Amino acid sequence: MSSPSASKVQRIVIVGATSAIAERCARRWAEQGATHFYLLARSQEKLSAIAADLQVRQPQAEIVTAAGDFVDPAAIQSQVTEIMTQAADIVLIAHGSLPDQQQCQASLSETAEAIQINGISPVLFAEAFATLMSQANRGTLAVIGSVAGDRGRKSNYVYGAAKGLVTRYVQGLQHRTAGSGFKVVLVKPGPTDTPMTAHLKQDGAALASVEDVADDIVKGIAKGKPVIYTPSKWALIMMIIRHLPRFIFNRMDI
Amino acid sequence: MKNLSSWGRLSRQPHTCIALHDRKGVADQLEQFRPGICYGMGRSYGDVCLNSAGISWQTRGLDRLIEFDADTGVLVCESGALLKEIQDLMVPRGWMLPVTPGTQLITVGGAIANDVHGKNHHVHGTFGEHVQELVLQRTDGQRLRCSSAENADMFRATIAGMGLTGVILQASLKLRPVGSAWLDTDTQAYQSLPEFFELSQASEADWEHTVSWIDCLSGDTPRGIFLRANHREQAPPDQKSQPSRKKSGLVMPLVPPVSLVNRLSLRPFNAAYYALNKRKEGTGIAHYQPFFYPLDAIGHWNRMYGPRGFYQYQCVVPEDSMHAAIGEMLTAIGRSGQGSFLAVLKTFGRRPAAGLLSFPMPGATLALDFPNQGQKTLSLFTRLDDIVSQAGGRLYAAKDARMPAVMFRSAYPALSEFTNYRDPGISSDMSRRLMGS
Ligand SMILES: Cc1cc2nc3c(=O)[nH]c(=O)nc-3n(C[C@H](O)[C@H](O)[C@H](O)COP(=O)(O)OP(=O)(O)OC[C@H]3O[C@@H](n4cnc5c(N)ncnc54)[C@H](O)[C@@H]3O)c2cc1C
Ligand SMILES: NC(=O)c1ccc[n+]([C@@H]2O[C@H](COP(=O)([O-])OP(=O)(O)OC[C@H]3O[C@@H](n4cnc5c(N)ncnc54)[C@H](OP(=O)(O)O)[C@@H]3O)[C@@H](O)[C@H]2O)c1
Repeated sequence: MSSPSASKVQRIVIVGATSAIAERCARRWAEQGATHFYLLARSQEKLSAIAADLQVRQPQAEIVTAAGDFVDPAAIQSQVTEIMTQAADIVLIAHGSLPDQQQCQASLSETAEAIQINGISPVLFAEAFATLMSQANRGTLAVIGSVAGDRGRKSNYVYGAAKGLVTRYVQGLQHRTAGSGFKVVLVKPGPTDTPMTAHLKQDGAALASVEDVADDIVKGIAKGKPVIYTPSKWALIMMIIRHLPRFIFNRMDI
Repeated sequence: MKNLSSWGRLSRQPHTCIALHDRKGVADQLEQFRPGICYGMGRSYGDVCLNSAGISWQTRGLDRLIEFDADTGVLVCESGALLKEIQDLMVPRGWMLPVTPGTQLITVGGAIANDVHGKNHHVHGTFGEHVQELVLQRTDGQRLRCSSAENADMFRATIAGMGLTGVILQASLKLRPVGSAWLDTDTQAYQSLPEFFELSQASEADWEHTVSWIDCLSGDTPRGIFLRANHREQAPPDQKSQPSRKKSGLVMPLVPPVSLVNRLSLRPFNAAYYALNKRKEGTGIAHYQPFFYPLDAIGHWNRMYGPRGFYQYQCVVPEDSMHAAIGEMLTAIGRSGQGSFLAVLKTFGRRPAAGLLSFPMPGATLALDFPNQGQKTLSLFTRLDDIVSQAGGRLYAAKDARMPAVMFRSAYPALSEFTNYRDPGISSDMSRRLMGS
């Protein structure tokens, strides 16, 4: 039924498990035979609906859900310690929220909040997991960044800066753990059809399907790819954007 | 605003797309954004799922499974779940949807709203017959649990209700047990309509699935291929239980500048298809996917009709007039030289309708695709409409983009009753065209 590499995946931990992207990843893992899920998010009600869905897909699975704290470092530490009393094969850190750039420019507290939830919070979670997972010398830690973290742009540089923080952090962590049994993966989605981009969809933006993005992530994690651009065309697009000379870049309305 | 089309690609009009993701949040979204109409997979051919320059509620994000009872086979799921996803999950466990149309790339909500039928109407009726309960969100904030025991009238109106009674949030579907993913099949060539009707009747008692492909250009001496099948208790010894999950990879990559289906391509194709299948006459074994959903293997096949899109004309005519009416239609189509290779002829069984506006009736249904050639195509439809109306038949809303409102009104007598159950916050291109609002 499942491929050999997939059948070894048994325990999955997802932080920000109510994310549409994370939810579609969880379904794939359930269908591939994962037997234990630990789902952390801020809303227990939303988590219950997701757990029910996974349970139908994988009746044997044991699914634990918990509403958690995403801000306080001590709380993050103790939650992760508790989660990791059992080893995990895959940990996915998925939470994030797309702030309005104009509002960020008008309010420092908006900016602080955006950097907190998109940058600091995922990095603190990742660091807490990394310590325990590198001791165990096994498992894969995947963090969702964004193509927006590749180069600051006027349309969303506060969000981009926070995602850039995640990018640099993961790079360092990959450097630190290179060659060990513990793998670290950075996921960089392009614009994807999820609740986070609902307002863009309303305006008619072209968005990737969340199923396709999740398929790429699940496959990329199974292969232990260090960086997953999804859809894959974004690797090329962002390479060009990163390398555009400033005099051209500054004239672009992006 | 985003340009939306349905499967026939006849129009491409801007819509304000509101994505529904969380069934608890739908009430608020509807209150804020209305009037609108649900859009599932847009696999309807005409304007039933469109609301040009207005609001489109996109239901695909509402695709959670909620509960499955492995003793009774009842699956509760959200309305944006795909039939394919349900089948992929459940067939290996020995359960299947009792009724599916010729594609499984549609949503549960779409299957209910058009009360779709499959190849086994004489045994299992329509999709709506297997819906035990549904939860309906009205735009005024009311949420109704509907079944034959509770809000039964609203239940009957919502099945085949074309999305006009509310947004279906979730449904309880009674699956049927199957021994395997495989079918025993039998293929027969036929050379005349009486022969087709004989085969149909003779097959009803012993075969669950019956359908036929008919050469729409064969005119007065129709020839076709009759297919029938039953579920196998066991997979054949040398087969895996499920073909690989991988997509076939066949995709129509772009819209050709003109329809690839035209006079030049049609005759040789139909002749070849007939000859090829005639050679396959007799019994065989088939996996359910290629047998039930042959076109699902080719992504975007609807693009082959070119930039002007295409119509599907699907009618049903009652038993007492079906022989003559089907013959007349085939003659008219043959003379016009229009039509396409996707012509399907089958009979419906005698089953009470599940919904107020359900399409099937005891009789024969003919479905054909027509590349859009403007007035020429529409004139042919007017001729076909006359035959259908005179025979006491009707057209299928899921496929329609052009039938006259009078024809709809006279063919669906329950329409005036249905109007009482409409949600005033819902309107579609089709409802305005056929019901005036
Ligand atoms: C290749 C092919 C073969 C087909 N074969 C058959 C066949 O054999 N038999 C048959 O009966 N049909 C057949 N069809 C038609 C198809 O099954 C129907 O049009 C079906 O309703 C499409 O479902 P959808 O999810 O794409 O819905 P859409 O086309 O997007 O919408 C259809 C209707 O459902 C409503 N709707 C969708 N979701 C909801 C919801 N949550 N709540 C309320 N209303 C909702 C919409 O408003 C609209 O009125 C075929 C179509 C194709 C493309
Ligand atoms: N969609 C895209 O186009 C896109 C592109 C690039 C990167 N990404 C990244 O992909 C990840 C997943 O996003 P998605 O697209 O799946 O969006 P989503 O469905 O909106 O999910 C966002 C997730 O973040 C959580 N979250 C948001 N704000 C929070 C807060 N203040 N505290 C705690 N949790 C919070 C949400 O919880 P609730 O469910 O409780 O709200 C939800 O679990 C994010 O990191 C996002 O930045 C998305």
